[in-house]
Amino acid sequence: MEAGFAVLIAFIFAASIYLMLARQLIRILLGISILSNAVNLLIFTAGRLEREVPPVIPNSSLVSVGVTANPLPQALILTAIVISFSVFAFLLVLAFRTYQDLGTDDANEMRVAEPKGDFKPPIGY
Amino acid sequence: MAVTDHTVDVSHAMISTPVPPGDWLVVTPIIITVLGGVVCLMLRKHTKIQPRIAIATLALLMLSNFGLLARVLDKGVVTMVMGQWLPPYGIAFSVDATGAILALIASIVAFATALYGVGDSDATARRYGFYPFLMLLMTSVSGTFLTGDIFNLYVWFEVLLISSFGLLILGSDKAQLDGAVKYGILNLIATTLFLIATGYLYGLIGTLNMADIPRSVLTLPDKAPITTVAMLYLLAFGMKAAAFPVNFWLPASYHTPRIAVAGVFAGLLTKVGIYALMRTMVMLLPVHHAMLSGVLAVVAVATMISGVLGAMAQSDLRRALGYLVISGIGSMLAGIAVSTTLALTGTILYAIHSIIVMTGLYFVTGMAVRISDTFALRKLGGLYGKSPLLALAFFILAMSLSGLPPTSGFWAKVVLVDAALKAGSPWLAGSILVTGFLTTIALTRIGLYAFWRGGPEGTPDGTAFAYAQSHEVATPDVSAAYTGMWLALGLLVGLSLFIGVAPNGLVAIAKTGVAGLIDPSGYIGSVFGSTGGQL
Repeated sequence: MEAGFAVLIAFIFAASIYLMLARQLIRILLGISILSNAVNLLIFTAGRLEREVPPVIPNSSLVSVGVTANPLPQALILTAIVISFSVFAFLLVLAFRTYQDLGTDDANEMRVAEPKGDFKPPIGY
Repeated sequence: MAVTDHTVDVSHAMISTPVPPGDWLVVTPIIITVLGGVVCLMLRKHTKIQPRIAIATLALLMLSNFGLLARVLDKGVVTMVMGQWLPPYGIAFSVDATGAILALIASIVAFATALYGVGDSDATARRYGFYPFLMLLMTSVSGTFLTGDIFNLYVWFEVLLISSFGLLILGSDKAQLDGAVKYGILNLIATTLFLIATGYLYGLIGTLNMADIPRSVLTLPDKAPITTVAMLYLLAFGMKAAAFPVNFWLPASYHTPRIAVAGVFAGLLTKVGIYALMRTMVMLLPVHHAMLSGVLAVVAVATMISGVLGAMAQSDLRRALGYLVISGIGSMLAGIAVSTTLALTGTILYAIHSIIVMTGLYFVTGMAVRISDTFALRKLGGLYGKSPLLALAFFILAMSLSGLPPTSGFWAKVVLVDAALKAGSPWLAGSILVTGFLTTIALTRIGLYAFWRGGPEGTPDGTAFAYAQSHEVATPDVSAAYTGMWLALGLLVGLSLFIGVAPNGLVAIAKTGVAGLIDPSGYIGSVFGSTGGQL
């Protein structure tokens, strides 16, 4: 099952990189959103997949009996989801404000901070 | 599940002994800054009280970090585990000399920034959260330097990202929004790469505790794709540290925020990347680090040379400084590439020096702008006549960044060049020296144009000093109202000079830190105790 997931994750990564290579800000942001989901799936798969066996230790035992699902990747993913969601929300607002103020969402035309044809520095002393 | 009414033996999963009081210093930096930030946030409309709280909080942070450094030097690596889970189950905070000294220097620079911010931040900036964000930034920077868990390191990186977003767009003008978009997106991609690498690492060795990783990596079979993980860490932290091919977010954004913010960014953010690179490459994956040292050396040379050439091509003071930050990163990477004890000592010294001096140079620029009202080199001039003290501060910091004695930069460069020569890479040593020379040219030009000549372009030179004085519009207001700014600048200049005159203590601390990175047995012993964690 891990192999199938690996291929799926590769496709998702490819889609996100394709989107992030675009010039439009909104496509880049969609790419980032997909990227963070691809990473979550990657961590989940890296923790090995096991179906429907909760990691609960019965009363009679000190260690888990048999193979159980790995709970740690789920904790990691939960953390990563919360973080990536909040950062993505911030970036969306930032992108919208930028679009309002700069009047463009084309990365090539966003040259306010680094204007074209800036002064050359003085050469001699 | 039934509630057990008998006592359960938890000694195989949890630590039962109470934490020694001194070890609490490991988490106090986090607690202090979070509390300070929250209190400032609650008082966000009381813009006069906020600076006082922030300065007191950050002074407390300095004290706490000082105590922590003393304890680490006294007792070796100090570890505290969260929730008393026995490592490697819980998240551990482990502090060695490298982390402690960097945390201390970072807190000093943050303290200076808070002082500088008294004059630099107006009521609007404070209402929008200059001080709360500054303190939360310090929470994350401290967390990065102190944590002993690689996933926790990722979380601190994200906290760092969020608080730096807040600081970056405080004025929300067009250039800031433009810069913040580029900074935000590229840095988010970098932290995501870090997360990808960590996911792979967890899949391979099943542990995230930094004390557990070095020995687990050794037991891996040969065909395990751990080199991929090392490459991803190199790319992710290289991006964070602004190493050459992936550094274009830095010159695009660092000149846009207000000067106090730019100063603390230039001081701390890239060095956090360098620290993470040292931690992962040198301590966690030493074998693969040796494999990649050639790549690192090329990247280092490209970074330092391209950085300083960029600085020479700028006519805007702040943008030139942004490129000089990058150039310094190249020198630190050179130390990591050589990776002998001496070279890594040089990297730590250079990181400390760069934190202090880059912040100081941004502060000087900010004060120069208060006098002249422009960042453009062509329009600046006559600053020496207007404020000799500022010119002196610039002169000392410029000497330090160029690597001239008697300043902190001199010793950092001496150690790095010496290490490169001893390791048999004279071209690396040569690049550091050439970069130092070019840095001197770039800074000399700024000094000559902004400070030494009599007035801005168009005024008659030679008689220009008298001209500038007679044409003074208003008395420069950098005197009494800006006590905080002068104090901050004085603190940083004094620190650079102090390290330059008496480097021995710092070199010894850096050496202790490097010894712990190269041979992490003390680190591992501190986390797992005498049993070695073999449960």
